[in-house]
Formats: sequence, structure tokens, C-alpha cells
Amino acid sequence: METNLCVAGFGGQGVMTLGKFLATATCESTDKNVTFFPSYGAEQRGGTANCYVVISDDQIGAPLGDVMDDLIVMNGASLNKFLKTVKPNGRLFINSSIVDASEIDRTDLTVVSAPVTELALEMGNAKVLNVIMLGVYVGFTEVIDPEIVWATVEHKLSKKPKLLPLNRQAFEKGMEIGRAHKK
Amino acid sequence: MARVFMKGSEAVAEAAVRAGCRFFAGYPITPQNEVPEYFARRMPEVGGVFVQGESEVASVNMVYGAASAGTRSMTSSSSPGISLKSEGISYCASARIPMVYCNFQRGGPGVGAIQPAQMDYLQATKASGNGGFEMIVLAPSTVQEAVDMTYKAFDLADRDRNPVLILADGVIATVMEPVELPEMKSPEEVKAIKDGKKSWACIGHKIDYKNRAWIEPGQWKTEIQQKCNEECAALYESWKKDAEAELYQTEDAEIIITAYGISARIAKSAVDILRKQGVKVGLLRPITVHPFPFYAFDKIDFDKVKAFLDVEMSIPAQMIQDVDTAVRGRKPIETCLCSGGNIMSREAIIEKVLSMKEQEV
Amino acid sequence: MSEQLIYKRTDYIQADKVAGFCPGCMHGTVMKLIGEVLEEMNLVDKSVCTLGIGCCGLQMDYMACDNITSPHGRACAVATGIKRSNPESLVYTYQGDGDLASIGLAETMSAANRGENFTTIFINNGIYGMTGGQMAPTTLIGMKATTAPAGRNAEEHGYPMHVCELLDKLTAPHFLVRTSCNTPANVMKTKNYIKKAFQYQMEGKGYSLVEIVTSCPTNWGLDSLKALEYLEEKMLPEYPLGVVRDLG
Repeated sequence: METNLCVAGFGGQGVMTLGKFLATATCESTDKNVTFFPSYGAEQRGGTANCYVVISDDQIGAPLGDVMDDLIVMNGASLNKFLKTVKPNGRLFINSSIVDASEIDRTDLTVVSAPVTELALEMGNAKVLNVIMLGVYVGFTEVIDPEIVWATVEHKLSKKPKLLPLNRQAFEKGMEIGRAHKK
Repeated sequence: MARVFMKGSEAVAEAAVRAGCRFFAGYPITPQNEVPEYFARRMPEVGGVFVQGESEVASVNMVYGAASAGTRSMTSSSSPGISLKSEGISYCASARIPMVYCNFQRGGPGVGAIQPAQMDYLQATKASGNGGFEMIVLAPSTVQEAVDMTYKAFDLADRDRNPVLILADGVIATVMEPVELPEMKSPEEVKAIKDGKKSWACIGHKIDYKNRAWIEPGQWKTEIQQKCNEECAALYESWKKDAEAELYQTEDAEIIITAYGISARIAKSAVDILRKQGVKVGLLRPITVHPFPFYAFDKIDFDKVKAFLDVEMSIPAQMIQDVDTAVRGRKPIETCLCSGGNIMSREAIIEKVLSMKEQEV
Repeated sequence: MSEQLIYKRTDYIQADKVAGFCPGCMHGTVMKLIGEVLEEMNLVDKSVCTLGIGCCGLQMDYMACDNITSPHGRACAVATGIKRSNPESLVYTYQGDGDLASIGLAETMSAANRGENFTTIFINNGIYGMTGGQMAPTTLIGMKATTAPAGRNAEEHGYPMHVCELLDKLTAPHFLVRTSCNTPANVMKTKNYIKKAFQYQMEGKGYSLVEIVTSCPTNWGLDSLKALEYLEEKMLPEYPLGVVRDLG
């Protein structure tokens, strides 16, 4: 069993961090093989950012597959670029604040929408949109125990404890949305 | 041992530290900037030295100096930077100075693309500088292997008093994976390694022509230079025993993929998928790309094999020259290639194998 | 009357070797001074010489202490590696003008700028020696070289490079001095400067450079005495002797 995930968005949306949280939590809590592969370019800021997470019971071949089981898109440009890479009947997670769902020209996909940009702004910090989306993904897919994912987030933020309550709130909000879509 | 989730470039640096590397000099170049950055943080913790050189040329020569003083030393870079380092590497090889360096290959030639590639195979295995010297070149296909090879490379370098190259690529540099790190050498062990080199290390000796340490990357007398070259040739010849390859599903294979490093890893997963479809395909993966594991081809049943498929992230293909030498015209060799910073597609390998199978029928 | 030993050849130079420097060359003099200083300071057993490429490199055949030959221009990088990984050694680079100021300028400036704790002995004779009289960054205006057959001209080749003054623009260097070996008095001065530079290194004070203006009779196309005259009349006005910086 192998799961290929692509996370894509603007630079600065925390796309890499989202992928890294998920991959780190998988490494620390399971015996599975996991890779995190950031697609890198020349720019330090701006432009598009995307990363790939592969979780597998077997040895992992390419750390970025040709076909994605799951795709998380945080902006419209990424939807256009990566939609075709999702396998038939795959799963698509969109930031519905800025991704126009009507542009999804496929009917086979399971689409999970969450307005994470707006939700993050409502919480008072635009930066937590990636943690909300992480919650959405984990809540919907149950790919890994949410508390282990949270422990990873907590560990990474250990030097900035002030940010923990907000991130916890963001993660739980995402989980709630993810679980609701499941039903 | 507990596994940790690490980026390839940082894992390589940590493995070097654990192997007793106490001097690193480097210069920034994508995609391996995390190597010098990691050493900058880590070296002070273990009493080692990190220097950001003013160039790749300076960095490799700092390593030449530090290694000549007996310290386990390392540098790393990516393709265009590796070309600049060739001066110092050649000096180390000529003066028989043990050192380790890593090439996280990117697209070439010239400044090329900063994304992953395998464009430096011939440079790495045939001529990494002037003068016809050779090195053991190890080609990791996973972060774990990169870690284990880095650790081992320092022993090989010391054994032979010769540079050792880790030929990796941009994927290995940037991917994060779980790894088990090797044992940390104790300060006593690190000191013992350095002390073991005192007789030849350039650190100051009693004034005496015979006692002095004389690091000679060349000779005035032609007959002595020839003798040095003959000794090196004998050393290179002795490496046949060090050649290593992985043979995967080759026993009954009709098509055998040849690939190294990241391409081999992707090809291996293609083999698994094709095997499930009943396709008799296998993989021959050189683990040492120099010495090239010609022996592994002798283990292949050429009565069963119909063709080889050389998979490389390089256009034109480069390793194919060694594969060609090994196959000796007995079977056709086809290629599946990509380049310019594009990463090998598993689907492309599968398609190519299936089309080869089709043509035979 | 009993005999008294008042002068002895330094053991730093191998007793059984005849130095292959040209007549009138000052490399031998400088080598002898370094050897004497190291012996007087009891540092021979700790000393490591990082040799440049060119006539400088000829030394390795004659000196009896540890030495390493650097790639052309890289002596300061190699010395950085040795000194940083083995701080107890006394490390000095021995480089000519082509090596230090042309191909190795980046390594020289960067090591000086980092304040590396080693010493550079810089032999400035305004020309490439071993390769046969090509133009150096320090070649004087009007001075003929095989690659500037009509003589150096500023429009095409720029001006002679003043290494001490260039390094004086940096904050880190501790001791910068220009000296010569053209007279017995200057030979003694040079010896004292070398001693001072090594002393500073042993005290951990950082980078020092002793520039020694020398002659190259062979490639200047002059005999030894005429070369000395040329040095005094042409070289020294361009490269004035004296301490450029001494932070004490």
C-alpha cells in the first residue's frame, strides 16, 4: 500500500511545512516508509511551492510519483497545474477561499473544500491556514493518528510556545471540517 | 536503533561527523546548501572546524590542507562547483591525501539547471581532474545509503590514502526520509585516527630529511613521478574487490534495467509493478560506479536475457558506456532517459519495458 | 688559540643539497633567514611550510622541515586548513607575486580578511620566474616581460599592484610589512620582521604578511649587481620599504 500526496500553493502559504509535519509524524509514529520531497526553484520567496509526501508499507521508489492519490491545493494556479496528476477517483482538498471549485473539470474525484484563508484570518493570524488544512486532511483521511500529528506540530513550535494555543485551535478546526466531510 | 526523519544533505553531514570528520570547508551552491549550514551548526559541538571558503577552489584546498594535517576532512558541492574542486581533488589524489567529498548532481552542462540530474557520471568515474587519477565512487540511491556510504567513505579514504567521492544527486540532497544513523566515534577514537597519521601528516616534525612530512602532489624527477603513478595504478587495480552491485529480480529476467542512484531506486519500484503484471524484468544497480561492477554482469544468464534497458537522468546517457563494455555486444541496450533537472518517471520506465516486450513478440 | 663557533649554516637547509636558484636570486637568502629564525625561536619541530607554485616551490627539495606544495595560488587556503585543524603548528605560506597576487589573490585577501592565524612570506620580484619572465601583477610600468614585450603599459595592463597597501584596507590583518634583502642591513631587518611575524602567530594574533622585494637577474636580463641597482633605482621607489601595519 502506497499513498502519494502532493501539496501545492503560493510560496509563503506554509505548503512545505504542512507536508513536513505529516511526513515527520508518520516517521515518528509508524514503521512505514515515508519521504518528503520539496520541489525547489531558484526563488527564495514568491512563485509556486509544492512538495510531495509518499507513505508506503514497502520501499519507496520515486519520492514523487507520476500519479497522485491525494492532492491539496491552496491556490487556483496549483489546481490548474496539478489536477490532471490525480488518479481516477482520487481525493482533492481545496482552499475554497481562493480556489474556484467550479474549475474542477473532473467528476470522479472526492472533493473536500475548506475556506482556510478566511478561517485563518478569522482566528487572527493568516499564517495558520496550513495547519487548518493539515487538520482537514488528517481528519478526513485518518492516514495517521491526529494526536501524533499534533505532537509533531507542538515539537516544532516548542521554541515559540505562545503560538501553540492558536495552532491547536487551527488544527482542531480543520479536523472538524475534515470529519464532517467524511460523513 | 531509533530512526530519525532527516533531509539527505543533513544526514550526510551528520554521518560524516559520526565517522570522525572534524574539518569541513564548503561554498554555497544549490541543492546542497544544507550541508555547509549543518556543519556550521554541528562542528562547534564536537570540537571540529567549519570554514566557509571564498570559493569552491579555496574550500577544496582547505580540505587538502586539513587532511594533510591528519584530520578527517570533507567538502561537498554540486556539479559546476565540483568542476572547480577538480584542482584540489587532483592534488589530493597525487599527494595521496585521504579526503571525502560529495557531489549532489544537478542538471548540466554549464550552470545547467539547479534541479536533480545525473549528468556527471563520466566526470566522476573517468576524469575528476587532470592526470588520470582514479577514486572509489559510491552512488547512493536512498538517504540511508548516503549515510552509510559517507560513514564508510572515510575508512576507504584512510585505507587507500586517496579521495573518495559520494556521487549523489539533488533528490538525495533535498528529500527527507527516516534514517538510522551510525555510531558516533568517541573523541578518543577520533584522536587515535588522527594520531595514526602522524608519521606523514604535515604538522611539524623533528628537523631531519627522513623524518619530515613532505606532502608531494608532484615530483621533479620523472623516474620518481613514474614510480608514483605505477603505485597508484596498482592501488586502482586492487579495487576490483571493492566493486559492488545490487542484482534485483535478475535470475529469470528477460529485460534487465541498468541504473544507479536515484534512477535505480525509481526503476526498482517499476520492476515491482511490472513483476506483478508478470513481466520478467530485473535491475542491475551499480553501488560503486567506480570501480564499475563488471563482475555482476557475469552473474546474469545471457541465454534468458533478451535486452538491457539503461535508465539515467542524463541526456546523452553516460553510464551506458560502462554497460556497453560489460555487455560486449551480446544483447541490445536500449535507453530510458530524462535530463535538464527532470526526475525520472516510473511510468516512463514501465512504458518503455512494455514496449520492448511488445517488439520481441 | 681555541676555535670558537660564531656562525653555522642553518639545519633547516639540507646539508647535502645544493640549492638550484639562479645566481643573484634572493630565495636562498630568505630561506636561510626563515631557518635561522625558526631555530632561534625553537619552532622548527612545529613548523609547516605551505609552498606556492613557481621558483618558491623549488625550496621543498632543500628544506628539512615539513612542507606541502599547494596548487598555484592556493597556499593561503591550504594553510587555513592546516592551521585550523592543527592550531599548535607554526604555519607559513611562501609565495611569489604571480602565485599570491594574481591567481591566488582571492585566497590571499580572504585569508587575511578572516584574520587567519598564520604568516605569509611574499617574494615580490615583479616577474614570473620559473615559467620564464612573464608579466606579473607587480611588474613595473615599462618593465619588459615575455608577455609584455614592449614593456608594461598602464593603458593595457593597469598598474603595479601594492599588496601590503591592499591588505591594509582590511580590518583583520595584524602585521603587514615590506622589506628587502638588497643590503646586509636590510637582510637583518627582514630577519627581524620574519621573527616578529612568527612571534605574533605563536601569540595567536592573526594574519601577518612579510613582503620581500627581491631581484630576478635571470628574467630581468641583468647580471646580479645590475639587478641590485635596478631593484634600488626602480623597484624600491614603486614599493617603498617599511611597516605598513603593526597592531603590536
